[in-house]
Amino acid sequence: MARPPANHPLLEVRDLRVEFPTRRGTLVAVDGVSFHIDPGEVLGVVGESGAGKSLTGAAIIGLLEPPGRIAGGEIRFDGRRIDNLPYEQMRRLRGKEIGAVFQDPLTSLNPLYTIGRQLTETILTHLDVTPAEARERAIRLLQDVGIPGAERRIDHYPHQFSGGMRQRVVIALALCANPRLVIADEPTTALDVSIQAQIITLLKRLCREHGTAVMLVTHDMGVIAETADRVAVMYAGRIAEIGPVRDVIKTPKHPYTIGLMGSIPKIDRREARLAQIDGAMPRLNAIPPGCAFHPRCPKAFDRCRVERPDPIHVDRSHVACWLYDRDDVRVGAVVDE
Amino acid sequence: MNDAMMSTDEQPLLVAQDLARYFDVSPPWLNRVIEGQPRQILRAVDGVDFAIRRGETLSLVGESGCGKSTVARLIVGLYQPTRGSIMFEGVDLATLRTRAQAAPIRRRFQMIFQDPYASLNPRWRVADIIAEPIRTHRLMTDRAAIRRRVDELLRQVGLSPSDGEKYPHEFSGGQRQRISIARALSSKPDFLVCDEPTSALDVSVQAQILNLMKDLQRELGLTYLFISHNLAVVYHISDRVGVMYLGRLVELADVEELFARPQHPYTRMLLDAIPDLEMTGRPRTPVAGEVPNPINPPAGCAFHPRCPWANERCTRERPEMKPAPNGALVACHAVEERRLPPARAVPPGSPI
Repeated sequence: MARPPANHPLLEVRDLRVEFPTRRGTLVAVDGVSFHIDPGEVLGVVGESGAGKSLTGAAIIGLLEPPGRIAGGEIRFDGRRIDNLPYEQMRRLRGKEIGAVFQDPLTSLNPLYTIGRQLTETILTHLDVTPAEARERAIRLLQDVGIPGAERRIDHYPHQFSGGMRQRVVIALALCANPRLVIADEPTTALDVSIQAQIITLLKRLCREHGTAVMLVTHDMGVIAETADRVAVMYAGRIAEIGPVRDVIKTPKHPYTIGLMGSIPKIDRREARLAQIDGAMPRLNAIPPGCAFHPRCPKAFDRCRVERPDPIHVDRSHVACWLYDRDDVRVGAVVDE
Repeated sequence: MNDAMMSTDEQPLLVAQDLARYFDVSPPWLNRVIEGQPRQILRAVDGVDFAIRRGETLSLVGESGCGKSTVARLIVGLYQPTRGSIMFEGVDLATLRTRAQAAPIRRRFQMIFQDPYASLNPRWRVADIIAEPIRTHRLMTDRAAIRRRVDELLRQVGLSPSDGEKYPHEFSGGQRQRISIARALSSKPDFLVCDEPTSALDVSVQAQILNLMKDLQRELGLTYLFISHNLAVVYHISDRVGVMYLGRLVELADVEELFARPQHPYTRMLLDAIPDLEMTGRPRTPVAGEVPNPINPPAGCAFHPRCPWANERCTRERPEMKPAPNGALVACHAVEERRLPPARAVPPGSPI
């Protein structure tokens, strides 16, 4: 089912800026974020709470909650700008071309309608089929996502499903119009570890079969390692590091990614202490000048405190860190405070 | 009890014996009468035995609904057991009827809760929150002495004494969990029950809290009962681990043994489901099924509908905890009958 490769990326985000105007001034939650997703590719977006990863996803599908707004940059889907589309056109694009899976399956499903009605309604909205065909397609989708007894279960209400089964229904709903991109925001966070493994496997299999690209937003590096092709690590509204998943996980380059990887407890070796990054991510109203990570960074030097780094090409990754600036040969040099 | 695990002459700090807690989740009386619905009993914890040695960390791990948090609440006395007993240094907690009898022992237990946003009173200053156990147990009466003790506690958990004047909303999640820990330590307990203390925190903050808990354990000789669903965290912090499934312990072993040679099929399945951060590309056994409804658990071994090795005996007879060859206690007929393939170490992902 894979579509022929295009010569431009499926999704291209350039210099995205998301702002929240408040009485005490404007908060910048996403600041100068650029990345792309190729057709059929899984891009993981990882970061701690408040890093701006979910807002980036919401901005792409046009579901930013007011007063949040896109204040700069552009988003292109299949070469066409979508960040300034009128509401109706965006609504048609959403569901048809871009599907969404959110953390809490209960809030994504209408409790008053059977799941069959929700599925067929979405299919009828986006595809040119008869109601009978839509129902048939819905049953096939439910079988596809591994719901036993789909012919019977299609007439059940969301509350009659367990959490894991509900998330399967939401995935079926996201895929029902055969979208080319799925934005999955913490799709497994509310689930137990054994169910999480099932859902990850399912998402991976379906996207491979349908050639769907995925933007997988999560705080869990393990999920990224299992699923993504490339990963973007976000910190305080910016991308700290983006590159192939193996490179980022095995040989992280940005001091934040290095600290993040060290702070994850692992099951193959027991250490007396975990590496820890002292302090916490800054609040949006107190983002430090220069590199936002510099107050917590063990390698920060003068330039980090005044000048904000943009992503620099290092090996196969891009890293927003002055340590890797070629004009300023400091790679490997530890400059302690 | 558990002779296999209790290799020492020393009396354990805490012993839970056949601990059980049922909840009545019946529909209202009127529905039962009119619609003829039966009473429904949820067996959240159904006969759990374990002992915790002084200075060690015992973790209970399992998926939601397995009863691990209920065990934590039973231990600290937030619930009364339906059956079974809890002995603390040989004293049965059920015999402590009056406040005067219970207080000296209760002082020595404290609990750290999961949600650092819900477990601190938003209208109290941090210094008052931390001093509450001192005042409740009348450990100190002199205000200046209390203040000094609070300052010391704040420093101990990595905050500054000036933070005592602030309110909880001025702190981040990780700092709030530090405040919870300071409050728990203020009555000089021996034993902390930690119910998912880091699951609401980001991973870099989780590392800070886990390191702090380990440092405090070493400095103060604390004993922990640690409840978590995160196996990697459990591996990092524990000395011994108990795996729970539907209200029962299915395996109890030393941490290295449990992760290197998991015995019970459920333990193996849980370990196999951990996302592979090392990206070895190890093949995964597909995990089948979900945790059944605890109101109406399967007969025999509760895990048998999901177990690839279940046979007729498993559907009929409930397995008891028995020592396995590797020293672990395992409740599984297949392990007992040696029907299982040898356990494999999970990483580095060698095929079975």
